[in-house]
Amino acid sequence: MEPQVRTLVDIADTPAALAGQADIVLERARWAAEVFRRFDQKLTMSIVDAVAKVAHENAGRYADWAVEETGFGVAAHKKIKNELTAHPLVDFYRDQDFVTPRIDESRKMVEIPRPAGVILALTPSTNPIATINYKILIALMTRNAIVISPHPAARECSVDAAHLLSKVAQEAGAPDGVIQIIEHPTIPLVEEFMRSKKTSVTLATGGNAMVRSAYSSSNPAIGVGPGNAPVLVDDTADIDKAAKRIIESKSFDNSALCTNESVLIALESIDKRLCQALRQNGAYICDADDVERLRRYLFHDRGFNVETVGRDAVWIAKECGIRVPENIKVLVAPIGQIGVEEPLSREKLCPVLAYHVVRTRSQAISQARAVLRIAGAGHSAAIHTSDETAAMEFAGAVEVYRVVVNAPCTQGAAGFATALAPTFTVGTGYFGRSSIGENIGPQHLVHWTRLAYNSSPDEPFGSYHGVSVNLAGPLPTAPADGVPGSSRSTLRPSSSSAPTEGSTDPSREELRKLIAEELRFILRH
Amino acid sequence: MSEAKLDFLDRSRAFWNPGKTQDWQDMGIDLVIDRREGYYLYDMDGHRLIDLHLNGGTYNLGHRNPELVQALKTGSERFDMGNHHFPALARTALAEALAACAPSPDMRYTAYGSGGGEAIDIALKTARHATQKRKIVSIIKAYHGHTGLAVKTGDDRFSKLFLSEDTEGEFIQVPFNDLNAMEDALRGRDVAAVIMETIPATYGFPMPHEGYLPGVKQLCERYDALYIADEVQTGLMRCGEIWACTKYGIEPDIMVTGKGIGGGIYPIACVLISERCGGWLKEDGFGHISTGGGAELGCIVAMKVLEMVQRPEVRTMVRYISDYMRAGLDQIMAAYPDFFIGIRQHGVVMGLEFNHEQGAKPVMKHLYDNGVWAIFSSLDPRVLQFKPGLLMTQADCEEVIRRVEIAVGLARDEVMGASHHTYRKSA
Repeated sequence: MEPQVRTLVDIADTPAALAGQADIVLERARWAAEVFRRFDQKLTMSIVDAVAKVAHENAGRYADWAVEETGFGVAAHKKIKNELTAHPLVDFYRDQDFVTPRIDESRKMVEIPRPAGVILALTPSTNPIATINYKILIALMTRNAIVISPHPAARECSVDAAHLLSKVAQEAGAPDGVIQIIEHPTIPLVEEFMRSKKTSVTLATGGNAMVRSAYSSSNPAIGVGPGNAPVLVDDTADIDKAAKRIIESKSFDNSALCTNESVLIALESIDKRLCQALRQNGAYICDADDVERLRRYLFHDRGFNVETVGRDAVWIAKECGIRVPENIKVLVAPIGQIGVEEPLSREKLCPVLAYHVVRTRSQAISQARAVLRIAGAGHSAAIHTSDETAAMEFAGAVEVYRVVVNAPCTQGAAGFATALAPTFTVGTGYFGRSSIGENIGPQHLVHWTRLAYNSSPDEPFGSYHGVSVNLAGPLPTAPADGVPGSSRSTLRPSSSSAPTEGSTDPSREELRKLIAEELRFILRH
Repeated sequence: MSEAKLDFLDRSRAFWNPGKTQDWQDMGIDLVIDRREGYYLYDMDGHRLIDLHLNGGTYNLGHRNPELVQALKTGSERFDMGNHHFPALARTALAEALAACAPSPDMRYTAYGSGGGEAIDIALKTARHATQKRKIVSIIKAYHGHTGLAVKTGDDRFSKLFLSEDTEGEFIQVPFNDLNAMEDALRGRDVAAVIMETIPATYGFPMPHEGYLPGVKQLCERYDALYIADEVQTGLMRCGEIWACTKYGIEPDIMVTGKGIGGGIYPIACVLISERCGGWLKEDGFGHISTGGGAELGCIVAMKVLEMVQRPEVRTMVRYISDYMRAGLDQIMAAYPDFFIGIRQHGVVMGLEFNHEQGAKPVMKHLYDNGVWAIFSSLDPRVLQFKPGLLMTQADCEEVIRRVEIAVGLARDEVMGASHHTYRKSA
């Protein structure tokens, strides 16, 4: 008979066990960070490039896997996102050095980069792999260790991807434990990670509940709020281009990105032309009956219908009994009001675009502000115009930190069709109850120790060229006398460290419930 | 020292152990451990010490590790020590968990003691039964415990005092790292077993030479003796694998684990026995009886210990801790080359060697004054036992290195004279 390892006394759910689980993962990360901070720019970037390469190569595989596992989105679009968060992301920051000290002769200052240490990264179900790629790479660029807490609905593909990138990083010379993932995340366990003293900062992307929890943890956090982007098309816009870009944006990954356009606000004078152009680009403009069907289907008493997240337009139309041609990409729902009375003016993570006609620009601005009062403060907005004054007035009025001009908002606000920093964490700043208002990048994961000289001209600045901090690189391996092969790496495939005793993976149904709950929280107002 | 401590020490002399109490005072170590948490000990006067003694790995996972305390608490809602005569849920569950991670696939049974000495006695009795021979070979300066048979395998310092040394010629001791001497001892084919600590702890962790332990195992096979691995101090991940003997390619016939297996929370020790050595368990399963051995609450704690030490994070941590400590100690050694002359190391099992026959004692004393508790090797006081825990934090390791550098400098001046007061480059 084979021996079995059984659990007689299960303590997996006790605070002591949860804290213990979190502590050991985080301490391993702290050790890794302590060694990683000794690496120079060249070695650091060689690790970053090795990881980016493998992330890029596997973009398609994980895109398919994520769609399969979560049921969200479009695999081809997810592949693009997974690729954008690999080589292009690294190339965007290629010329910036977050490792080598900077010498500023004019201010008589030397600035030494100090990595945060251990980053706790929450990743969402809607963009699981792109967010993992992005967070891992910005952590590596800044010599931080990272612990990923994946969304349970995308757990399997996330765990696999994180293990792969961890292996690649280590083979490229990164310290063991620089990339870890919580294999069986539960809310109480993740909360232990968030409140541990060993977490330097939580980088929270995902449901509002988790973001607020990160901010309540007593640790530093960079969290972002939900989106609900208004897009304005004014009478000076190139209507055909505007329509094309909006449809392209709204159908991208079936609106699973939080930067997607939620409410299209059009000036009366261009209403008909715009509708025509939208139709030509693959939109179906709903009639009043269709809109009522959509409203009832997408929003019920408990909030947004999460079944529709990342589903395509034809699927949604069928589900609520609207007959549309098979090539339709976006359902456009004209609405007469914006505000609490109209559920369709809330965030919709699916290719349903609310459409509201206004008489004047000032009315457009006040309606856009109203959209953002419902949700999405600090997030994104877009404008299609050729009038700079209109753009400035709009941007100065709406409470967001990025207004995309004449570009698809989904891609543009996330930095993929504009010069904004490419990101999967859109800082929603003070409007959106967050600490940072720009697209999150590596610069937010490193602080600088400043060696500041006496500004008096009597005190000369030192000569710091060629003087470096002690970047000793990896720790030498301690010898173990007399042990054959003791210097060989004993790395083993990492198995689960999370409590597995007596617990089984949550069923599909439980997952659905969990996501539903989270989304309700986001979409409720 | 506080009045309260002075008073307490008087009581300790009066009611507990006058000799031991006084010896520590004579060595300048006035430690009375009160509160304890993680790798910290707090003296009853509030003095904090980072514990690098850990009682031979008993506190591998730290003092009062919260998960182990929880396991004990939750376990006590259902179990107590249990009835050692009957098949028992927890004893069998732990035996299965041990079999699943045993150093040899043949190892099947576990017999239980309440402590390491009793477990060693069980191992020796098992070997004698299996081979129907009496002689036991051990290493000079070996240490396997203080019970009836175990004490005879060790230094006679501990047996003669009680008139308990071997008088029948049944316990043979040979020098460590000497295969010829080992062969001479085994050649007569009258030896039941060789008992071997994978790295002799109390002797200051001399490292086995390349090929020595596998050579001993081969000799055992050639001369029909059993190989008993004493993994009490070296097991449970301290050397980077769950059992250190496996790193030397040894598949022992019998293995003993103790100390750390009880997590410092509930004493228990285990003897893993291969199928071919377990005959007495079938012939007369009541042959060894122990009311406290394998107490079921201890089994619950031990199962948690086994689960914890096998987490992948622990493997990484042990490597970081041993590499980091070694790098720091190498620098200190370079700063005091005439005094600090060697480091013996396998994972987080370390011995620091000093150039004086009692050199580890002043280092221990100055470490104590500087907030670190590490003990000299009683059978080789040139060597300081230096045993960081498996879960030690980077911050605490840095603290230890900082304090060791100061203490070694002070001890060196004390032993060798404060000859060079020049500024030494900091380690």
